[in-house]
Amino acid sequence: MLHIKTLLSRKSLFPKVASLDVGQGRLIEKRRVALVQRDSISGRALVTVVAIMTFLATLSAGAAFLVAQASDGWQHQVSQEMTIQVRPAEGRSLDKDAAAAAALARATRGIASVRIVSKAESERLLQPWLGSGLNFDALPIPRMIIVKLGNGAPPDLQALNAALAKAVPNAALDDHRLWLQRLDTMAGTMETGAVLVFMLVLVATALAVGFATRGAMAGNRDIIDVLHFVGASDGYIAREFQGHFLRLGATGAASGALLAVLIYAAAGLFEHFAMATAGGDQLRALFGSFSIGSRGYGVIAMIALGIALLTAFMSRSVVIRHLRGLY
Amino acid sequence: MGGAAGLPHMKGITFLVRFENVSLSYDGEHATLRDVNFAIEQHSFQFLTGPSGAGKTSLLRLMLMALKPTSGQISVFGRRVETLSKPQLTAARRRIGVVFQDFRLLDHLTVYDNVALPLRVLGQPESKYGPEVIELLQWVGLGDRMRVLPAVLSGGEKQRTAIARALIGRPELLLADEPTGNVDPTLARRLLRLFAELHRSGTSVVIATHDLGLMEQFAGAKRLVLADGRLHVFEPHS
Repeated sequence: MLHIKTLLSRKSLFPKVASLDVGQGRLIEKRRVALVQRDSISGRALVTVVAIMTFLATLSAGAAFLVAQASDGWQHQVSQEMTIQVRPAEGRSLDKDAAAAAALARATRGIASVRIVSKAESERLLQPWLGSGLNFDALPIPRMIIVKLGNGAPPDLQALNAALAKAVPNAALDDHRLWLQRLDTMAGTMETGAVLVFMLVLVATALAVGFATRGAMAGNRDIIDVLHFVGASDGYIAREFQGHFLRLGATGAASGALLAVLIYAAAGLFEHFAMATAGGDQLRALFGSFSIGSRGYGVIAMIALGIALLTAFMSRSVVIRHLRGLY
Repeated sequence: MGGAAGLPHMKGITFLVRFENVSLSYDGEHATLRDVNFAIEQHSFQFLTGPSGAGKTSLLRLMLMALKPTSGQISVFGRRVETLSKPQLTAARRRIGVVFQDFRLLDHLTVYDNVALPLRVLGQPESKYGPEVIELLQWVGLGDRMRVLPAVLSGGEKQRTAIARALIGRPELLLADEPTGNVDPTLARRLLRLFAELHRSGTSVVIATHDLGLMEQFAGAKRLVLADGRLHVFEPHS
């Protein structure tokens, strides 16, 4: 047996390293053991909670992103189009009036294209409402002219209106202002709603992750106490826990974000394959593209990173608070 | 061991810990300790005794700076505890080794890692502290148990692991709470020899116990007796 004085002497402590057997040597060389238990039930539960909440947060962020994208698309489409309606009038030729109104529109600067909807086309459009077999010649059906705007300076609509009133008094220009205003309000409401839902999910995520981290930390109080009494500084203890919980948070957040990315990728694939079908076109018309693009994926990555950091921060604050109470 | 620099002196005696009129109450009504006055001298060996529930563990926790007294002053290594900053408290705690009554071993760490803890938290590389840990474990008779987890250890083995952890940092003051409470008489004698050797090598030792047989073997040790929250100091017989 060694003498305790040899053991505890300041100068030459334990000089017998060379005599240690191979197993002991390996014990020294290899390992870096985590002070905080890596694989525990509370740790696994925390990873699951973080993964689920990250998934929900990224899903709601993507939904808000898609809604914003779709409403922007609708507004852009509608604001790029106008309609001139030429109503039948006593003693006037509808075809000639339509041609005159179209000519006036074409002559206006800022208008890219003008197309008169043919009589046959108008009848086809009305057929679902009025039924087939009717003599449309007997009905006072107005002629529509679709006017598409260019990307440059907007046309002088007042001048066009005045010219139409003078040359074709039975024509009316509809620049969709009212419809555009309503659409704008609706799109704004939808966007705000989507952002609010996202914010609520984000707050719920923060709370759930915070509580789950506290729960997981509760089982580690003994470790904090022991580290404290063996002389670990508060910073050292906080770093150990922060690093451990950052790893847990990052694992959960990455899993949740990956699942969300897979869902968006699957939706994009579905959209691609359903492109030529009636259902696909309808969905596209309503919701726009399902692709969230690089910006959307960037937002998902930021959310996952934020949640992982939140987990680490919460564990640190619990450790610091506990240590403050210890002296 | 640390030198006597910075420690208070009185008639040639250097104090590591000093209690002046210290009282402690957990609930604000019932006093666990009342007006306790004593000092732990450098290179001393003392028993802290008294009936169960007399406040021995509380007194040890006050010395370890794990509790704040309700009133009075505690000085550790020459500094009043309430004036110490967090880093100073940590530094002071590193000069004290402690053996808890319930061992406080970390269940997910091996015996080796538990003992290495005080050196690891100092940031020392394992290549430096590894041989020290292995040799100390061999010395306390746990050379063949260093890879196992505390869950498979007997009470005595846990006790020796806790003692090795308290010693690995070469403390100036060793506080042991009922260190022979869970071991057989043979091991108890061996542990006592270990404490005696530690004392001879310069470490001050305070053992909390109500084992009279244990105290009889150290007739030269000072006895701090707690009764009704008050501390009575009995100097050694010789």
